[in-house]
Amino acid sequence: MKYRHLIIANLFRKKIRTTLTLGSFAVALFLFGLLAIVRGAFSQGLEVAGSDRLVVVNKVSIIQPLPVAYQQRLERIPGIKEVTHNNWFGGIYQDPKNFFAQFAIDDDTFHSMYPEFVIPGDQWQSYKQDREGAVAGIKLAQRFGWKVGDRIPIKGTIFPGTWEFNLRAIYSGRRPADDTNQFWFHYKYLEERENTYWHGLVGWYVVKVNNPDDAVKIAKTIDTTFANSPWETKTDTEKAFAASFVKQMGNISFLIMSIGAVVFFTLLLVAGNTMAIAVRERIRELAVLKAVGFSGNFVLLLVVFESLVVAALGGGVGLVLAKLLSLRGDPTGGLLPFFYLPPQAVAAGAVLALGVGLAAGIWPAYSAGRLRVVDALRRV
Amino acid sequence: MVRVDGSGNGSSLVRVRGLDKKYQRGSEEIHVLQGLNLDVDQGDFVAFMGPSGSGKTTLLNLLGGLDLPTRGTITVAGDEITHLSGGKLTTWRARHVGFIFQMYNLIPVLTAFQNVELPLLLTRLSKSERKQHVETALQVVGLGDRMHHYPRQLSGGQEQRVAIARAIVADPTFLLCDEPTGDLDRKSADEIMDLIDRLVAEHGKTVLLVTHDPVAAARAHTLLHLDKGVLVEAHKAGSTAGGRN
Repeated sequence: MKYRHLIIANLFRKKIRTTLTLGSFAVALFLFGLLAIVRGAFSQGLEVAGSDRLVVVNKVSIIQPLPVAYQQRLERIPGIKEVTHNNWFGGIYQDPKNFFAQFAIDDDTFHSMYPEFVIPGDQWQSYKQDREGAVAGIKLAQRFGWKVGDRIPIKGTIFPGTWEFNLRAIYSGRRPADDTNQFWFHYKYLEERENTYWHGLVGWYVVKVNNPDDAVKIAKTIDTTFANSPWETKTDTEKAFAASFVKQMGNISFLIMSIGAVVFFTLLLVAGNTMAIAVRERIRELAVLKAVGFSGNFVLLLVVFESLVVAALGGGVGLVLAKLLSLRGDPTGGLLPFFYLPPQAVAAGAVLALGVGLAAGIWPAYSAGRLRVVDALRRV
Repeated sequence: MVRVDGSGNGSSLVRVRGLDKKYQRGSEEIHVLQGLNLDVDQGDFVAFMGPSGSGKTTLLNLLGGLDLPTRGTITVAGDEITHLSGGKLTTWRARHVGFIFQMYNLIPVLTAFQNVELPLLLTRLSKSERKQHVETALQVVGLGDRMHHYPRQLSGGQEQRVAIARAIVADPTFLLCDEPTGDLDRKSADEIMDLIDRLVAEHGKTVLLVTHDPVAAARAHTLLHLDKGVLVEAHKAGSTAGGRN
């Protein structure tokens, strides 16, 4: 590209100004990346939720249990392929700030319910054969430096006492967004130790349907089946179930979008002002370009391209920094297990940066393109 | 041969007929040029003098296609430019006009080489061809050894030489010089005028020069005086009135 040196030279004309403008884009896009990570952390459960899975909870509240006997009744409902159950354990590992989710699972049905979690076959068998066996996600194991064979003590809060587990398996996710911060152990172990308080009860059920198109109909059938019983149910798709958790935190998306919008609007003002000053300073030079035969459109594109280059470089730096931060993992100690900057957010950030660059440059560029050479050359 | 009475034949390189230029300043109408005629032949060197506000620069801008007249026609090398649209006029300018300004108007972030190369970027020349043309132009103006210097590293006279190299590099039909020595000391001014003389004498360039400097104007083949929008021939010492000597 024979005009490259024109653009590069102009970028280095005022190094401090260019650096500061690049910095503005970098900071804004870094913040955008961070907001996208946080937004994703709250809503990622929605993204990875299985479209063919329903969650059945107690109608009163999710913290109320359901009878274990419902499993067989659920399995008999037409359209349901398989059923498993989960139980929130809520224990503490060493310190309350070391938060992570622990579930007592039904070994026979859990693994096939969640094919997105990959567990080496021998490790799974080893886990199944150990009453005190446990499975940890790979991120969780990395976080605490666990390896297979470790003995892990967890202090119960809902279920009192110290619970000792043998780490028998480590699972990973098929997709980057899959949650690998969980800790699973045998439901039978829980039931055995809590045989008075928790006997015959489970936290909630997850059912897989044959056809996702029938999910809503089957959810209604489930709730109708258990209506007017002591343990009425409320059934939702897994996505709706995850969304209800997000809603409990408030309208996170709106909050994040609002912050993002303010940041980008401010960036637009800063970058627009910078480009306007940059063009005003060079008005004679642009006039000379036109005098020697460069067209108004060329001058317009030159200014726009400069603005886009600044936006792309600054924005790129910001997004790379955000990505690097996300690669270091959740800095909150488990509150944001899905700490991940998805490629879609990177692409959206790049488009936004270029959009702001274009918007910031277009008016000064238009003015430069329409510049009257005679008038501009008269200016001192 | 230079004529201002409209008697020139169709062979003139520059042919101006009935040129009027008016400006509106508030409610006041300023008549800068009035019914001006001019014929300039290939290889002529014409100087325009006159008091400030007499319309010299306006005339130069009109001849260079930087501005449009209120009335009248300008024909250069057979092309009537007064009816060209903005884009066509820009293209025409790139092919036919080399501008030399009082303030040099070099791009400070580009080297001498890159400044001179600018007009060639609009051509289809390859990179190596452009390099060859630029080096030749800079050698013509005596700056073959300053190619990679930035304008801030050059003296005023050297900057103006770079501007001249930029003006001639694309081999335009004619050069328009607006006070090219106005910002220079006498010695540098003389050197610049020597260079312009050489461009006319050795390279056959047609030069139209606006100046306040009688010494610079004396170098021209023809001196024209512009006053109150009217162009008249002036006699300069040792010259033949009305044309090249």
